[in-house]
Amino acid sequence: MKIPADLYYSPSHEWVRVEGDQAWIGISDYAQHELGDIVFVEMPEPDDELEAGGQLGVIESVKAASTIYSPVGGTVVAINEELEDAPQLINEDPYANYIVVVAMNNPGDVDSLLSAAAYEELCQKEQGGE
Amino acid sequence: MNLKRTALFPAHQKYNGRMVDFGGWELPIQYESIIKEHHTVRKKAGLFDVSHMGEIEVRGEKAEAFLQYLLSNDIKKIAPGQVQYNIMCYPDGGVVDDLLVYKYTTEHYILVVNAANTDKDFEWIKKNAFPGVEIKNLSDDYAQMAIQGPLAEQILQKLTDLDLRSIKYYWFQSNVEIAGKTAIISRTGYTGEDGFEIYLSPADAIDVWEAILAAGGEDIAPIGLGARDSLRFEAKLPLYGQELGPDISPLEARLGIFVKFDCGDFIGREALLRQKESQPPRVQAELLMLERGIPRSHYEVCQEGKVIGQLSSGGLAPSLEKNLALALVDREYYQPGAEVEVMIRNKPVKAQIVTGAFYRKKTQAS
Repeated sequence: MKIPADLYYSPSHEWVRVEGDQAWIGISDYAQHELGDIVFVEMPEPDDELEAGGQLGVIESVKAASTIYSPVGGTVVAINEELEDAPQLINEDPYANYIVVVAMNNPGDVDSLLSAAAYEELCQKEQGGE
Repeated sequence: MNLKRTALFPAHQKYNGRMVDFGGWELPIQYESIIKEHHTVRKKAGLFDVSHMGEIEVRGEKAEAFLQYLLSNDIKKIAPGQVQYNIMCYPDGGVVDDLLVYKYTTEHYILVVNAANTDKDFEWIKKNAFPGVEIKNLSDDYAQMAIQGPLAEQILQKLTDLDLRSIKYYWFQSNVEIAGKTAIISRTGYTGEDGFEIYLSPADAIDVWEAILAAGGEDIAPIGLGARDSLRFEAKLPLYGQELGPDISPLEARLGIFVKFDCGDFIGREALLRQKESQPPRVQAELLMLERGIPRSHYEVCQEGKVIGQLSSGGLAPSLEKNLALALVDREYYQPGAEVEVMIRNKPVKAQIVTGAFYRKKTQAS
């Protein structure tokens, strides 16, 4: 299971890469593995406002639909249109294939997120609890 | 609650099956990937643990007459060694279960029923049994596996001296030696592909499972319940609890060819005959999604904002690369070619009522 050190993570298994005041958001390797084959990603529209902790979209695997949450608040500036025709890219490389880019209202939102080390611990706990 | 385990549980662990609670059974939903496993079965061969299925034996002089009364299909039509798909109804025409009947003689049959229904079925059958007919739940005596796919016959043939070509579609052979163990083998399955189902002693299950995987090598893989569902759905095979149930009649589910009105009385006959004459109020429709979105069971189907039905199954059909659904819709709105909306998270997503959209294997095995 890959957990790149330079990203922030949410307890609901999204990752965030910060570039200036922009946040690139995707789901973690752990999350894609748990979901299994992804067949559809329902994304917000550019200019949509997202709340920190609010719904960002929905990921559908073969078996189930799961909500994705936005780890930060802000305005959607881009969505990954490639996922419309190839949602399985998230299974192939969850970190190269972001879902949205958000212009953060409050860059301090990331301070409440998890570091790679803390996130790894969380994943291990969840796995152990199965 | 303690989950029940099949005799093949150690094999699932060995092959990294992702275990889930499936109606009280601890079974693998997938090993590696549902979609990958789906394609393996369509293109090569797959091996499934279906030991959770129930086996109920019916014996006695009046066994044939009893089954004719209990079930909707014409039991007299099959010969010893033949298998028949059949439907067991309530008096109101709702469905207790759909099942396979294995006929040994007119006095000896085995019914193979859905796992989650085994106890309910057993009680229902006992309750309705004719005097002198003996009903036994043999589910714990059998492990069951299915080998399915275009290469299934060729792989299984390596493990038995019996010429498998002698087992025709929906026939079975008992006391077959396979990998040195004794089994019942039928040419049946739930994937839309050619293949076999194998019934054997739980004590022999692991050995036969491993022998089949070894005989198939690169051409076979263990397949989980996720792909079992996507394969049966893509081939439009009904699933009890979705396409069929106590509140869905076989006529509504378009399984009328398994309901024979001219073979004497059977439980549900009167209600179904009335429904046939007045036409069932709802019918099954095939839906093709026109817009992006994954249709799933229980989603509502609308037309111009009015609810006209509900999905029974839906999802990606991996081999067809389409999002398809089966729906039960009000008859008056059933019109092939008509546009409808599937409500996905309160949003209408366009779909079309179609026919013949589901999977059919191209070549019939000889």
